[in-house]
Amino acid sequence: VNTLVLGEYSAQRGISAATLSCITAAKALGGPITLLITGKDCKQVANDAAKIADVSTVLVADSPAYANPVAEGLASLLNACQTKGSYSHIVGSTSALSKSALPRLGGQLDVQPISDVISVKSADTFVRPIYAGNALSTVRSSDKLKLLTVRPTAFDQAPRTGGSAKVEDAPAAAPPAANDSKFVSSQVKTSDKPELQSARVVVSGGRGVGSAQNFGIIEALAAKLNGAVGASRAAVDAGYAPNELQVGQTGKVVAPDLYVAVGISGAIQHLAGMKDSKVIVAINKNAEAPIFQVADYGLVADLFTAVPEMTQKL
Amino acid sequence: INAEYMGVVSMSGLRVLVGVKRVIDYAQKIRVRADKRGVETQDVKMSINPFCEIAVEESVRMKEKGLASELIAVSIGGPASKDVLRTALALGMDRAIHVETAENADIQPLAIAKILKKLVEKESVNFVLLGKQAIDDDSNQTGQLLAGLLQWPQGTFASNITLNADKSSATVVREVDSGLETIDVSIPAVVSADLRLNEPRFVTLPNIMKARKKAIDTVEVGSLGVDLAPRLATVSVEEPPTRKGGKVVASVDELLDKLRTEAKVI
Repeated sequence: VNTLVLGEYSAQRGISAATLSCITAAKALGGPITLLITGKDCKQVANDAAKIADVSTVLVADSPAYANPVAEGLASLLNACQTKGSYSHIVGSTSALSKSALPRLGGQLDVQPISDVISVKSADTFVRPIYAGNALSTVRSSDKLKLLTVRPTAFDQAPRTGGSAKVEDAPAAAPPAANDSKFVSSQVKTSDKPELQSARVVVSGGRGVGSAQNFGIIEALAAKLNGAVGASRAAVDAGYAPNELQVGQTGKVVAPDLYVAVGISGAIQHLAGMKDSKVIVAINKNAEAPIFQVADYGLVADLFTAVPEMTQKL
Repeated sequence: INAEYMGVVSMSGLRVLVGVKRVIDYAQKIRVRADKRGVETQDVKMSINPFCEIAVEESVRMKEKGLASELIAVSIGGPASKDVLRTALALGMDRAIHVETAENADIQPLAIAKILKKLVEKESVNFVLLGKQAIDDDSNQTGQLLAGLLQWPQGTFASNITLNADKSSATVVREVDSGLETIDVSIPAVVSADLRLNEPRFVTLPNIMKARKKAIDTVEVGSLGVDLAPRLATVSVEEPPTRKGGKVVASVDELLDKLRTEAKVI
């Protein structure tokens, strides 16, 4: 076993929490762990990454080409790393980046990837949710190389300190093909608020919140709890909250210590994204809402009085 | 690189291939089989995968705008997969190819992508639209695998697709973790549809009648010469742990008290 982890980071938060979870998953596989850091002017990030416990090598691909990488370029870089390092496993988190690049590499290397791993049984056997988490499938891979994306909430974060990995330049990728996609722009909101997928507290609003303006009461409660804001699909479809806040089967999967579902009925597709939270609170005026069946504490109340009251009393 | 299919985009419009998967309907309750080999599919309502339906709708809009010349729906599966192809035809696809397998055959995404590659080549397709994931195995891989096999560019998780005038590229807005990203994807390409790419139209009765006249070609999967062997053996399929919920509190004060003293999360 010899694992390469695709690292991700941001300017505000450094190495992402999801990448730290990947390191823990890689540790469960056994064998040395190499962490790939890509980006423009990313040497400092690479030096920080070298301190992560259990990482033995950090590979740095420092180039303007990786400032906003497209899947084609990233898959090509991973391919070059694989040629040089002959890894047994390549691991990324279930981020948009990994979900785009790792299966592409699978197509190039004739490997059937394994998505959204929640448990490592052995170096070739993994558990993953299917049917929106309504069943858990244990699969054994017969591929020589295993390409995994892992669900960050299912693995603890590796400590950011305690390691002393060697830092090396990543092998050069093949030059970009003429038909590679080209990055144009990103409409990404940077915020100093906790990140949805790694926040200790998440407060989510649903259709019951009624409007984008009313979402302010969700934000106020989240801010008081130093938490992140989430939303159900219905709330996003109705335009109350942006796409990236959607929690559920096709959105983000979260598992905070405290999840507060406000005005959310609890469709199975939503439950898929939050039912592994430690404590679930549901606030809904409809006592029959299915969300109450999974909530540790249910409050049948008008959210427009209960949520501001909660914010005020905290 | 398969030079034959590079840059052969005709001015008359794109030849678009759309994948259509038959899955357990999203509103059905999932039951794990007693033998733990899978989930119960007997007497369960089946439908077109919602993301595939969005891909179908997007291709139909491309044709309506004069950007596509032929829309081909493909489904890979047992005899019942013809049902979802009928739906796709009623939504506006021109014709359909049913790649027939044994009922409930375990054809995994890599093999699906290899089958699609064969059809892309056979049908001189230059634009592939797939759903970003199927709501049964939730793999989210087929589009990327196919793009990797074809060495075509890819635009995953698309929430908007705009073809440029000469159809040599498309501007794709993608849903990424912290917002949206816009990329330029040269054509031929593989694009996968996210939830908010469009809202599929309803199937109307006249269109269902019209769809009956459209052709569904059946191709026996074995005739394509593709390695179909599963790379992943299913060891077991089990129920997830269930939560013990249902406790009700009477007031905000009681809720805050429980969160402080019992759950100790605030």
